[in-house]
Amino acid sequence: MSGFIKVLEGLDRRWIYLAMAISVAGPIIYIGLTGRTLPESATPAAEAVYNAIEELPARSRVLFSFDFDPGSGGELIPMATSLVHQCAARGHKMYFIALWPLGPQLIEDTIKRVITADYPHLKEGVDFVNFGYQAGNEAVMKVMLTDFVKAFPKTKTGDASAQVPMMEGVTRASDFPLLITISAGYPGAKEWVQYVVSSSGGKVKMVTGCTGVQTPQLYPYFPGQLAGMLGAIKGAAEYESLVNANLAKTSGDAKVQPKYQEAQRRMGPQLGAHLLMVALIVLGNIAYFAKRREGARASA
Amino acid sequence: MKRLVPLWIAIIAGFAMLLSAFLPATESLGETFGDVFNVVAAIAFVLGAGSLAKINLAKVSRKDQGWGYAVVTLVCFAITLLAGLGKIGVHPNPNFAALPWSGDKESEGGLFAWIYEYGLVPITATMFALLAFYVASAAFRAFRAKNVEAVLLLSTAFIVLLGRTFAGVVLTGWLPDWASGLRLENLSVYIMQVFNTAGNRAIIIGIALGVAATSLRILLGVDRSWMGSGDAK
Repeated sequence: MSGFIKVLEGLDRRWIYLAMAISVAGPIIYIGLTGRTLPESATPAAEAVYNAIEELPARSRVLFSFDFDPGSGGELIPMATSLVHQCAARGHKMYFIALWPLGPQLIEDTIKRVITADYPHLKEGVDFVNFGYQAGNEAVMKVMLTDFVKAFPKTKTGDASAQVPMMEGVTRASDFPLLITISAGYPGAKEWVQYVVSSSGGKVKMVTGCTGVQTPQLYPYFPGQLAGMLGAIKGAAEYESLVNANLAKTSGDAKVQPKYQEAQRRMGPQLGAHLLMVALIVLGNIAYFAKRREGARASA
Repeated sequence: MKRLVPLWIAIIAGFAMLLSAFLPATESLGETFGDVFNVVAAIAFVLGAGSLAKINLAKVSRKDQGWGYAVVTLVCFAITLLAGLGKIGVHPNPNFAALPWSGDKESEGGLFAWIYEYGLVPITATMFALLAFYVASAAFRAFRAKNVEAVLLLSTAFIVLLGRTFAGVVLTGWLPDWASGLRLENLSVYIMQVFNTAGNRAIIIGIALGVAATSLRILLGVDRSWMGSGDAK
């Protein structure tokens, strides 16, 4: 057995950990220092999300469900940021809910990061409202189908939902022409499809931003029950570049704030990690076949 | 009795929910049971907290292996519970300024928000970040082209891993337009939309049929395994 194969055979896993740390840290540092990101072209699924928001008339009601926790924030927070950014820029009314206990804080963070910082003219209760968390998973969705206020009787600030000005005309889930769920698991996009989109008889249009793990499970619903889909950080980066490019066109300002490039920035470390994985699989198989050949020779 | 009451609750609630989906006249009945479910779900949190405390306290008192982690769990649980229930450090809601506890427990400045920001967020981020290291190690040691199925799996993994990054564009971006379907980024989308969708749809339909059959067995009282195997009568 050659020396190289022997080294591969006995490779300590700590070298692999070190290689992974370098392949992730390298692009992070490079992108952090230069501010340069990798170019992205949008796939049909990401384009469909963009178009679903863009095609709505201004002041349309958009229901956001934050169905994730900080653990999935690496993939999903950039999506949430860009989705709210596009909705705010289009002048849609945004209604935020959460079916995960830690969702409300992520909603608050997103509102602060996007609406408070860049759209200070938008008023709470008139342009956006946060209803916080409601326990009950699918049961909450079922109640929302017939009575939204019953499912979320109060806003996060303690006001009666029925008294909120932007609730005028809202009775049930089908009163929202677009539902956006940012989903990390159960309950999430799949349950929204099963309990709300399917039951609404086509009245509720839904798009989702989901984790990489959920993406293959949700593809069967696209483009039927799901009008658009952002899969993992790649989907987020595609959508982000689409939003940034089109907003730059309309505003005439090509400068994009780093918070609206978070997903594109994260594609660098993803590239490093994926290339390392491919290299490791190839090296592992070289060692495997070399050992197998040696075993065959010995037995012959 | 201990088995009969839950059994009838399940049968009545199940049929009510089922009928409410098909008969408009029973829609409100379905809503009522939905409300009841929400109340039960909220109570389940209390039950869950009690169960967490019971299991971990038992671990500590028996000095089981890793009982120190149980202590950490209990201490963190107690601190978070106190911070949330006591609304420690939370400012009153401006709409109800006279009421000291009127503020939202998650509002900025409170201990609960502090624990979330500086405890939970970094810990969960660290947990997920560690996955990259373990997956890399597993890829090197376990991902072997041992047979045809494994070769297919490996090829798909390569296409998706490269196609989901800029590497795909660099490696196959030179292909002419008539062969653009062979570009890695397009192949990756094709795999997800065709092969993955076909496989997943088959699984989803299979699961749906299984769920329908199991639900029917529960509704008719044939399947009682969900009540556990206690000796209650």
